[in-house]
Amino acid sequence: MSIKIDIHKCTGCGKCREVCPGSLLAEDPAGKTQIKYPKECWGCTSCVKECNFNAIQYYLGADMGGKGSYLYTKQEGQLLHWIIVAPDGSKQILTIDKRQANAY
Amino acid sequence: MNLKTKNIETDILIVGGGTAGCFAAITIAENSDAKVIIAEKANIKRSGCLAAGVNALNAYIVKGQTPENYLTYTKNDAEGVVREDLVYTIAQKLNQVTKKVEDLGLVILKDEAGEYVSRGNRNIKINGENIKPILADAVSKLPNVTVINRMNIIDYILKAGKIIGAYGFSLDTAVLYVISAKAVICTTGGAAGLYKPNNPGFSKHKMWYSPFNTGAGYAMGIRAGAEMTTFEMRFIALRCKDTIAPTGTIAQGIGAQQTNSKGEEYEKNYGIPKTSIRMYSTVMENQKGKGPCYLQTAGISQEQEQDLYKAYLNMAPAQTLSWLENGKGPANENVEIEGTEPYIVGGHTASGYWIDTNRATTIQGLYAAGDVAGGSPQKYVTGCFAEGEMAAVAAVAYIQGKAITSPEMQDVERKAGAVNAFFTNEQGLYTVEQIEEAMQKIMDEYAGGISSGYVFNLSKLQVAKRQIKDLLQLSYKLKAHDLHELMLIYEVIDRLYVCDTLIQHLGARKETRWHTFQENADYPERDDANWLKYVNSRFSEGEVKIILRDLVKKDDIYEHKD
Ligand SMILES: Cc1cc2nc3c(=O)[nH]c(=O)nc-3n(C[C@H](O)[C@H](O)[C@H](O)COP(=O)(O)OP(=O)(O)OC[C@H]3O[C@@H](n4cnc5c(N)ncnc54)[C@H](O)[C@@H]3O)c2cc1C
Ligand code: SF4
Ligand code: SF4
Repeated sequence: MSIKIDIHKCTGCGKCREVCPGSLLAEDPAGKTQIKYPKECWGCTSCVKECNFNAIQYYLGADMGGKGSYLYTKQEGQLLHWIIVAPDGSKQILTIDKRQANAY
Repeated sequence: MNLKTKNIETDILIVGGGTAGCFAAITIAENSDAKVIIAEKANIKRSGCLAAGVNALNAYIVKGQTPENYLTYTKNDAEGVVREDLVYTIAQKLNQVTKKVEDLGLVILKDEAGEYVSRGNRNIKINGENIKPILADAVSKLPNVTVINRMNIIDYILKAGKIIGAYGFSLDTAVLYVISAKAVICTTGGAAGLYKPNNPGFSKHKMWYSPFNTGAGYAMGIRAGAEMTTFEMRFIALRCKDTIAPTGTIAQGIGAQQTNSKGEEYEKNYGIPKTSIRMYSTVMENQKGKGPCYLQTAGISQEQEQDLYKAYLNMAPAQTLSWLENGKGPANENVEIEGTEPYIVGGHTASGYWIDTNRATTIQGLYAAGDVAGGSPQKYVTGCFAEGEMAAVAAVAYIQGKAITSPEMQDVERKAGAVNAFFTNEQGLYTVEQIEEAMQKIMDEYAGGISSGYVFNLSKLQVAKRQIKDLLQLSYKLKAHDLHELMLIYEVIDRLYVCDTLIQHLGARKETRWHTFQENADYPERDDANWLKYVNSRFSEGEVKIILRDLVKKDDIYEHKD
């Protein structure tokens, strides 16, 4: 379980670094963010939800049955889009309205 | 690196800005003009158990139920050993604190008549994805509350038998903070990472409980000589395989049964369904060669499947990703389940500080609430709020007319020396990662972890005890290169203290009261004649000393006397 940061997309805004509950993210010499302790990621997606630049890819380790897909999110007002990208680049999107409670 | 000390003062210090801590701060601000500092190792926006969100409010008195019912249920589920006064005082507050978070912005599902929609007898449905940002936002608006993020607290400051503050260091600047306070509320949550986890390799932190709740509050209390209770009632969670995501959503949401590889529903063969039996039955089926075990979901509707995808995104997104990336959702394939490694967590089971009915610990000036406080299982989010509120009210009353006590200079110097030693230590053979791995292996093999089917006996515990003590010695020789590494060293030291106390508690209860949670092979039966008691402990002169105490009843007001 971990995240990978695409340095080409990362603007270095620092929002993800602030929220990680394990303080695992750090600024690299170029001012971009990197995950300093990839094995210590809890997989909470806090950082993913802070990033407005789709720079953070959230993935399951191979030891968890990961097969190369990753996930990122996009905020749109009260909507939170969860985008899952398969290894072939195809996408599935699940949208959650923050004003709606879970059915379960 | 060399940390310089810096003194700061406040009326009430809250250690850990999580669920109970944030709620305590809100309560203090409502009831007094006391100055508050919240010291939080991460950032209160997403720190602690609530980081990813939660699925439901698991503790609520739904229509037709009463606080008395809640107590009866909790007591039965815990095989009779709970602090009734604590559970009952929480139960009486559950609905009121729920209303308060709803007013702060939490979305709760309602029917046409405006009533909350319940899930079973004690749960209500919410959108809990943003529950922590909602709390953090409310806290940030309180003028008398100062939040210090990225501040790792390492020990209390004691003077004349009272807690007068705490030491902590910043993750950003080389400063050792000496925080003086008239009262301290400990809300650091429980302890994960003691045992070898389900995913021991790359995904080692993909566990159920927050891996960043490392038992600091327990360890600081142990070192300060506070009495602890019921560590032997470990919590082992039944979870979705690999992702370690909660199963209650599926079991309660769509009523899925537990089945073995032959498709047999097995839970009913193991007696009255209780939290520990759900786990125990799964362990036993696997031991009988009937695994893997599943939650029977295949055949649910597409709509139910979509709802499950969304419910999991709101609390355990890895599970939804796993379903989608494998192209097999729960409608097509049953969900495999497994037991986690044991955690110490007073919000699910009953391990933690021994507190009075007002949530005061046995050391004057120190209060505890939430997962770090013992005696009352099944608190969950709302119970932690309720307890945070009670601790806050008690702390506000305590500080009336009190002045801040300054720590002794030589105590501060000694602490600064001990902290800075980790920077001046020579790089030895071992790293903090190695110590952690060794600890988890010892606990797994000798103190009833996954590989031993959660079973232990006294001979094994004695080995564990010795080896944990050796590791503690080694850990003081570790070298830190930066502030984050310093935090990692303190985390492993705290875990080792928790392990030491846990081992002593496991051995002390000479019966088996809670299957899997406390499975004592030397005494495999439940023994009500002798063990309707609390196993408590206090650390003094380097040893964990066991104290047995009689049960406290519902209407008792428990006060610390001896
Ligand atoms: C994954 C998961 C899902 C859950 N789902 C539900 C659910 O659906 N419904 C429900 O009712 N309950 C649920 N629970 C239980 C509930 O979330 C917890 O019981 C509750 O949040 C615990 O609150 P707390 O205040 O004790 O701990 P936390 O909220 O975890 O707060 C502890 C805080 O202390 C900080 N801290 C720790 N050590 C230090 C230190 N040394 N210095 C400074 N700060 C420190 C941590 O960073 C954290 O912010 C869930 C728990 C987990 C882990
Ligand atoms: S939030 Fe996104 S853009 Fe900002 S620092 Fe993090 S990864 Fe980079
Ligand atoms: S997913 Fe959570 S634990 Fe992992 S890096 Fe992001 S914020 Fe940190």
